[in-house]
Amino acid sequence: MNIFIYEFKMYVKSVLAWSISIMALLTMFMAFYPTFGSDVAIMDKILENYPKELLKIMGMNTGMSLSSVLGYFVFVFVFIQLCIAIQASNYGFSFLSVEERELTADFLMSKPVSRSKILVSKFLAALLALTITNAVLWITSFTTIAIFSEGKDYNINNLILLLLTIGVFQLFFMSIGMIISVSVKKIRSVLSFSMALSFGLYILNALRNIFGGELLGILTPFYHFEPGYILEKGQYNLPLVFISIGIIIISIVATYILYLKRNIHTL
Amino acid sequence: MNVIQINNLTKYYGKSRGIKDVSFEVKEGEIFGFIGPNGSGKSTTIRTLLSLIFPTSGSATIFGKDCIEHGPEIRREIGYLPSEVFYYDKMKVIDLLKYSASFFKKDCTKRMNELAEIMELDLKRRIEDLSYGNKKKVGIVQGLLHQPKLIMLDEPTSGLDPLMQKKFFNIISEENKKGATVFFSSHILAEVQELCSRVAIIKDGSIMKVEEIKSLRENNYKKITVRGEGITENKFNIDGITEKKMENDELRFFYNGNINNITKAISSETVKDVLIEEPSLEEIFMHYYN
Repeated sequence: MNIFIYEFKMYVKSVLAWSISIMALLTMFMAFYPTFGSDVAIMDKILENYPKELLKIMGMNTGMSLSSVLGYFVFVFVFIQLCIAIQASNYGFSFLSVEERELTADFLMSKPVSRSKILVSKFLAALLALTITNAVLWITSFTTIAIFSEGKDYNINNLILLLLTIGVFQLFFMSIGMIISVSVKKIRSVLSFSMALSFGLYILNALRNIFGGELLGILTPFYHFEPGYILEKGQYNLPLVFISIGIIIISIVATYILYLKRNIHTL
Repeated sequence: MNVIQINNLTKYYGKSRGIKDVSFEVKEGEIFGFIGPNGSGKSTTIRTLLSLIFPTSGSATIFGKDCIEHGPEIRREIGYLPSEVFYYDKMKVIDLLKYSASFFKKDCTKRMNELAEIMELDLKRRIEDLSYGNKKKVGIVQGLLHQPKLIMLDEPTSGLDPLMQKKFFNIISEENKKGATVFFSSHILAEVQELCSRVAIIKDGSIMKVEEIKSLRENNYKKITVRGEGITENKFNIDGITEKKMENDELRFFYNGNINNITKAISSETVKDVLIEEPSLEEIFMHYYN
């Protein structure tokens, strides 16, 4: 329990920063919705004139109109996903590697505590930190829609379905971060790794959108949990969701095995 | 009883050698020195004992239990001070010590405060504001606050001023008198000489010798200096003479063998002065390493 508490304390500032940023981003975007939503005809006309590729990259190639509440939310949510991906992979890349990078592993691991307990405590602390951000995102989504939708109807079930994916989405990036951090010798800069992972997978999905090709999509959770698909159809693309969950489980199990056998080096 | 028992411990980092076939034991209640130059494998051995790294082959037991399999259990009774100390920078000293104490199922507050007072450690400062020597003091306190039965020190005195070194050695001897076994690695022989009863000498990853400090010094090595005009160097081509050096009118060498042979050789010369001394541990040490 002591490691968990110590670790969680380390996340407090970071969680606060991410939550506030996501809250601000979502509120800012949603505040523009009334402008978009009021002039349906003009809005759709403008979008028609946009190059199709651009719309695809933005994830707005669904049948939904940007003037509908959820149609607009698709456009917003892609950015939110990107933020969540960066936060989750930051934590994943960092929480196991930090002790070795800052050479505090000697302190922690010479204490009477097993590697698996260290790993589990650290994992749960990171998970709690992500869950708090997740909760903030739920609350902000509902409140901003309530405030800015001007009483327009939308399918609340579909929205809930979409928000339910956040947890898995976070786990995906965190577990990929974990497995990479225990596979390489040393992670010098967490941020460059997490940026590369998040943007890399985001761009992969954008490429898939433009050029097609399911194969590219198999690797990226931006496709597994595409907000346009979920909000429009009110269901998950189940095979892809299972791929995501499979990758998460494999990464976590492999991390566990590698971490227990890892040689901890010093200067 | 052996507190530490190391059997053919080998560790390779990829292809590069860490330690090779290391075997020795440390008995309960002794202060055991582990000497060797940098890169000889001292830290590798200690880190394997703490299961920070895993051996390529061989095994080691501490308190009779396998040090990998029963690692967490064993470490309840181990106090470890690494050669380079790093702690969570943002923490205050007191919080770090409390965090350290929270891993042990006993109240360590009293001992913690005692040690902090002896080492003159300011508990309210942040770790990142401490000098290297002060961080080292934090290391000493956090390593000893749970009154461990086995104290492992990896080059503990670097960064401590002589006064603090003295205090630190006093603490270690006191703990030892109370029953703690001490395993002490160093490349400074004087400090090993001061504290230890037995030593293992490691070179290029292999143990050269395990010996009582006393017998290591007795070991019949004599450091002999003969002074006089026109000493014939050839007369001193006797078995057992090493490191022979002729300088001006002075012949210096180490001798290990029948003392009568050497006195005869000396008496056949006209000498001004003869000096027969015990070699220092440094010199014995150099002998193993040349």
